[in-house]
Amino acid sequence: MKVMVAAFVVALIIAVCAPVVLNQFGWSSAEQGSSPASVRLD
Amino acid sequence: MKTKLLGAALLAMATLLFNPAWADNAPAVDRTSTGGAQTLEDIMARQQQLKIDESFRSENLGNPANAKPITEQLGTRGGVSDSDVWRGIRYNQSDITTQMRGPAADVLIQDGGMPWYKLREGPLISYGGGALLGILLLLVVFYFVRGKIMIDGGPSGTKIERFKAIERFGHWLLAGSFIALALTGLITLMGRSFLIPVIGHEAYSTLAVGSKWLHNNIAWAFMLGLIMTFCMWVVHNIPNKLDWQWIKAGGGIFTKSHPSSKKFNAGQKIIFWTVMLLGLSVSLSGLSLLFPFEMPMFAGTFSVINSVIGTDFPTALTPHEEMQYANIWHSIVAFAMMVAIIAHIYIGSVGMEGAFDAMGNGQVDREWARQHHDLWVEEVEAKQGKGGSS
Repeated sequence: MKVMVAAFVVALIIAVCAPVVLNQFGWSSAEQGSSPASVRLD
Repeated sequence: MKTKLLGAALLAMATLLFNPAWADNAPAVDRTSTGGAQTLEDIMARQQQLKIDESFRSENLGNPANAKPITEQLGTRGGVSDSDVWRGIRYNQSDITTQMRGPAADVLIQDGGMPWYKLREGPLISYGGGALLGILLLLVVFYFVRGKIMIDGGPSGTKIERFKAIERFGHWLLAGSFIALALTGLITLMGRSFLIPVIGHEAYSTLAVGSKWLHNNIAWAFMLGLIMTFCMWVVHNIPNKLDWQWIKAGGGIFTKSHPSSKKFNAGQKIIFWTVMLLGLSVSLSGLSLLFPFEMPMFAGTFSVINSVIGTDFPTALTPHEEMQYANIWHSIVAFAMMVAIIAHIYIGSVGMEGAFDAMGNGQVDREWARQHHDLWVEEVEAKQGKGGSS
């Protein structure tokens, strides 16, 4: 069960880190903040 | 082989579902009386939901060769009337130039918005939601008919390692992110219809924004889990003759027999390949949605399908239509995955005694293992006898 909880926590950590990492490459579609250069779905 | 056929059938069925290829063709119309323009018959046929060959207007964009001299009426238009211009804009045939540099900035009108919206709000929710309710109902009925699959003769009390920690981590990374994606996806797709009437616009707005954030970002964990599990288990999931014996015996579900199996039986292999193939497809369409207009895939895919099976799917798609197809496909594949995973969750938890331990702590009862994966147990014991591990 520890492994299961660890995997869930890692999934959430990845979710939190993803927009920050993507932003380094100028890919910020998943980011909530706005950027004139970014491509946004909404 | 079965999985491949299933995948091909799913692809064909789902593609046909949102393509009006099955609609009856409208009868040929004589348009000489209107000079080639739309007639009352065209309008009536459209109202009857008949498939109309729109080329009489999508390709009727004027002819510069017929242009009047610039000194005459309409001469400056170069042989193109207002109607020609607007038809060209509607069917994305005009050479639009714009200072806007964003993707799809030169598409002034796109024709597929309403059909996409109606499909998304109508059949997609109805059939997708129906499939989820259907599988839940089926499992409840199955539970009451078959009952929980128990270990014959009871557990032995000794344990054998079924999955290592890294295997369970990969599984739960995939599973946890998939459940989050499924729930947030359902909230996004169905919230307008089912949640707003209950919790109101403001509460739903907060929920929808949170769902969108989680859905967009936890998708990376899903893709990582998909790659991990593929790499760790693909070797054990290559179909072989043993699988056919297992399938013929129905997995022993109703006969209460125990067909032989290695690490994964045919049922588990079907789940594995379903998750891998649909997971890849949902990931690709998800990436296409995550980076709007940057990864169009459907025109190319349709082109390949057309060349292989002779269909007539559209291959000239506007950027918005690419997004619409990606959105619909993403939802269809996700629903198919949800149906499969709900069945998987059932058999891995309440449906079978001792099954959850395999992914819970990695240690399963040896008797359970002998009954469901006898050849794998023999392999493990042989390796342990030589001082190896599973």
